[in-house]
Amino acid sequence: MSEADFATRDIRTGRLDQIDYENNFEDLHAPLTRHEATVEADRCYFCYDAPCMTACPTSIDIPLFIREIAAGNPSGAAKTILNQNILGGMCARVCPTETLCEEVCVREEAEGKPVKIGQLQRYATDHLMATAKEHPFKRAASTGKRVAVVGAGPAGLSCAHRLATHGHDVTIFEARAKSGGLNEHGIAAYKTTHDFAQLEVEFVLSIGGIDIQHGRALGADISVEQLRNEYDAVFIGVGLGNTNNLGLDGENNDGCLDAVDYIEKLRQTDDLSSLPVGRDVVVIGGGMTAIDIAIQTKLLGAENVTIAYRRGQEGMNASLYEQELAQTHGVVIRHWLQPKALISNNQNQITGIELEYTAQSDDKLSGTGETVKLEADQVFKAIGQKFDSSILTEAGIELEARRIKISADGKTSLTKVWAGGDCVAGGEDLTVASVEDGKVAAESIHAFLTR
Amino acid sequence: MADLSTTFLGIKSPNPFWLASAPPTDKAYNVERAFEAGWGGVVWKTLGEEGPPVVNVNGPRYGAIFGPDRRLMGLNNIELITDRSLEINLQEMTEVKKRWPDRVIIASIMVPCEEEAWKAILPRVEATGVDGIELNFGCPHGMSERGMGAAVGQVPEYIQMVTEWCKKYYSKPVIVKLTPNITDVRYPARAAKAGGADAVSLINTINSIVSVDLDNFAPVPTIDGKGSHGGYCGPAVKPIAMNMVAEIARDPETAGLPISGIGGINTWRDAAEFISLGCGNVQVCTAAMTYGFKIVQEMISGLSEWMDEKGYESIDDFMGLATPNVTDWKNLNLNYVTKAKIDQDLCISCGRCHIACEDTSHQAITNMVDGLRKFEVIDEECVGCNLCVNVCPVDSCITMEQISGVDPRTNKEIDPNYANWTTHPNNPSAVTEPAE
Repeated sequence: MSEADFATRDIRTGRLDQIDYENNFEDLHAPLTRHEATVEADRCYFCYDAPCMTACPTSIDIPLFIREIAAGNPSGAAKTILNQNILGGMCARVCPTETLCEEVCVREEAEGKPVKIGQLQRYATDHLMATAKEHPFKRAASTGKRVAVVGAGPAGLSCAHRLATHGHDVTIFEARAKSGGLNEHGIAAYKTTHDFAQLEVEFVLSIGGIDIQHGRALGADISVEQLRNEYDAVFIGVGLGNTNNLGLDGENNDGCLDAVDYIEKLRQTDDLSSLPVGRDVVVIGGGMTAIDIAIQTKLLGAENVTIAYRRGQEGMNASLYEQELAQTHGVVIRHWLQPKALISNNQNQITGIELEYTAQSDDKLSGTGETVKLEADQVFKAIGQKFDSSILTEAGIELEARRIKISADGKTSLTKVWAGGDCVAGGEDLTVASVEDGKVAAESIHAFLTR
Repeated sequence: MADLSTTFLGIKSPNPFWLASAPPTDKAYNVERAFEAGWGGVVWKTLGEEGPPVVNVNGPRYGAIFGPDRRLMGLNNIELITDRSLEINLQEMTEVKKRWPDRVIIASIMVPCEEEAWKAILPRVEATGVDGIELNFGCPHGMSERGMGAAVGQVPEYIQMVTEWCKKYYSKPVIVKLTPNITDVRYPARAAKAGGADAVSLINTINSIVSVDLDNFAPVPTIDGKGSHGGYCGPAVKPIAMNMVAEIARDPETAGLPISGIGGINTWRDAAEFISLGCGNVQVCTAAMTYGFKIVQEMISGLSEWMDEKGYESIDDFMGLATPNVTDWKNLNLNYVTKAKIDQDLCISCGRCHIACEDTSHQAITNMVDGLRKFEVIDEECVGCNLCVNVCPVDSCITMEQISGVDPRTNKEIDPNYANWTTHPNNPSAVTEPAE
C-alpha cells in the first residue's frame, strides 16, 4: 500500500441494496422450531447440582426448564427462567453462553457439543411472551413504600420488577427517550431483532406498579439527595458513559468515532442505509464492543474491517465464539498492535492509522518501535467506557476502582442507596450480571423496607 | 466367516432373522421386498377362515411411547389378522415360495376353536408348499373377543387341543405362538408340547394402553372418542419376552423344545441375547416397521462380526449358552461382593449417580471432594446395587468390581466360598448343603 492511497477517502451512506440491509441484520440465530427445541431439550442430562446453573449469574434452574420444554411445557419453562431472570428473553439472545452455562455443560465435556441452552431459553421465553394472556407473576399486596430507580437498563428494570413483585411502588428515572439501556441502545442489532428490547420492557412493566419517567437524567434533572428525601430507597443503575479516548492527536477529526455512539445510532435508526460507513474501517479494542462495531460496519457494507488489539488472542475480552463470528463475517483481527498516531488529510479527516507492534515482557506490555500503517476512512474507539462519577461522589457515594463501591447485597456507602449493573465495581459488563445485581439489590431493599 | 444359517425344525434359513407375522408380511409385495433386503424368512400375516374378509378399524391403529429424540420404544396396535381373502393369500404364498425357495415362509393361522375349521384350512395351507405353520394364540385384541387368539392362548387345554388337530391335519412343522398375557408362561408352553407342537414362538403382544389423549380423555389410538387396549411390542417389551423365553428354556418339562424368540429385537445384539437364552431363531417386527427392511443388514453384519470375534462358527455354537445361568434368586452367591467404580477420566460430572444414590439408595457417592465437584464411590456405604451404572449416561464410566478380603461396608472378611440363601443363617428354612 502506498502512502498515496491514504489521500483518498471513501465514506458513504447506502452502500448496499435495501434487501441486503434487511438480510444482514436479521436474527443471528433463527429461533428454534418446536421440533428443534424438543430434539435439543432431549439432549440435557438433567444433571444434579448442574454446572450450567452454577455458571449462570442469575442461577436459572437450567436442567428444570429444559426438562419442562422436553415435557411439552414451554410456559412452565419460561416461568422457571423468569423467576430468576426477568430479562431471560434478552439474556437468551445476548449472553455469551459459550463462556457461561454452555461452556460448562457436561455435554461439552462429553462430546464437545453443549446443549444449546441459550436457544432453548429463547424458545421458552418467546413462547410465553407470545402466548401468555397475563404477566406470569402477581404483585404482593401494596406496601405503600416508594422506591426510585435511576436508569431503565437491565439492572434498573430487574430491580424495579422485583420490587414491584414485592408490592412496592417504583419510579424509574431514565435519561434517554427510550427504556432498555444497552439492550435498546448498545447490543448488536442482529442479536435483538424486531424491537425485542421494547417488547421486553413492556413485558417487564406489565406487572404493574412501575412508572418510568423519560428524559430525567441524574445530575441534570434529579439529584441523589432529592431522591433520598422523596423515596424510601434509591437504586442506581446508570451504566457507563462514553468510550475512553485514545489520547492521540487528531482524535476529534472527522472519521475518528466512538463505537458506542455509532452503535446507538445504528440501533435507533429506521434506515440503516442512512448510516455513513467507510470502505476501510479500523477498530481499536478487544472486547464485545469492538466485535459488535466491526461486524456491524462490515454488514453495513464496509469493504475492509480490521480490529487492532494490543495484546494476544487469549487476552481479548470478547469470547472466542465472538472473535470467530467476526472472522466469519470477514473481519480481520490483528493482535499485538497499539495505536500510535492517527493519520489525517489537510481537511482534518482521518485517512489512516499508524499502529505500533507490542510485546509482553515481565507482565509489562510495551511498544517495540516497529510500526505499520493501515488505511482507514473510519477509526472506531472501543477501548472501554468511562464512568462519570462526579455526581455520585459529590452526593457522598464512595467509589472503588473508579466505579461505585457496593456490598454483596448492592448497598452503597450511602444509606438508603443501592446500586448495580455496569456502574458498580467488579461489574462484568454483562446484561445477565446487571439483571442479577438489580435482583439482589431489590431483595436487599425489600428486606430494608419491611424490616 | 461365521455361518449364520439355521436349521429350525428341519427348515433351512440363510440366517436366523425372520419377520414376525404382522403387517410387514401381509402380502407378496412386502414379503418379496423383505427377501430382497436379506431376511431369512417370514411368518406370513395370520390367515383366517374362508368367508367374508376381516374388517379393520378405519381410524388409527397404532400408538407409541418414545425415548429421547422421539425414538420409538414401544408400539401398540389394534389391527386384526389379515383383511385380505384367504384365497389371495394362499395363492401369493404359493407363488412367493416358488420364487424364493431358499427362504422360509411360515403360515400363521387363526381360525375358530373348532376342529372342522382347522381341518378345512390346513390342507389348503399344506398345498401352498410353505415350510410350516404358526398358530396365532396370542393376538390380544379384537380376535380374542371372538374366542380366538389370546382367548385360546390363555387356556392351556385349548392350546393342546388345537395343536393336536394341527398335527393331525398338517404334515409339516407346527409352531405355537404364545401370549404373554398370562401369569405363568410355562403352562401354555407345556400344553403346546403335550399337543405335539414342534416349537413355541414368543412373545405375542402385551395388552396395553400406551397413552391417554388429555384433550378428549380417551386412549390412544383414538377411534371417534374411544379407544381399546392394543397389543404392545417394540424395544420396551424385550425384557418381558426374554424372561418368558428363559422360563420355558429352563423348565425341565419343556427343556429342549425349540423356541423362536420374539419381542423387541432391534439390533443383532438383541437377537444374540435371545439365541443365547435358547432360541433357535428370532422374529422381528417393530424394528422393521420403524426403520424398514434394511435393518436386517445391520443385524446380519453385527451378528457375524461378533461371532467371528468370539470364535463361534455357527448359531448352534452359542445357542442356549445363557440358559443354565438363569437361575432362581435363592441360588445367587451371597459371597459375591461388588463395589461401584467410577472412571474419573470418562466421568462427565453430570452428578446423576450421586443424586440417584443419595435420594433413592445408599448415600454411597460423593458430590464434593475437597471442595470440588467430584463423584467418588464411598466403599463403606456402597452395597454394589448397580443403580449408578444404570443412570450414568456414559457407557462403561461406572463399573461394578468384585472385591475380596474385608468388605469396608460390613467390616467383615468376605468368605471366598459360594454360599446362597438356602444355607444362610437368617433363612428360617436354611439347610446345611446349598440347593445348587
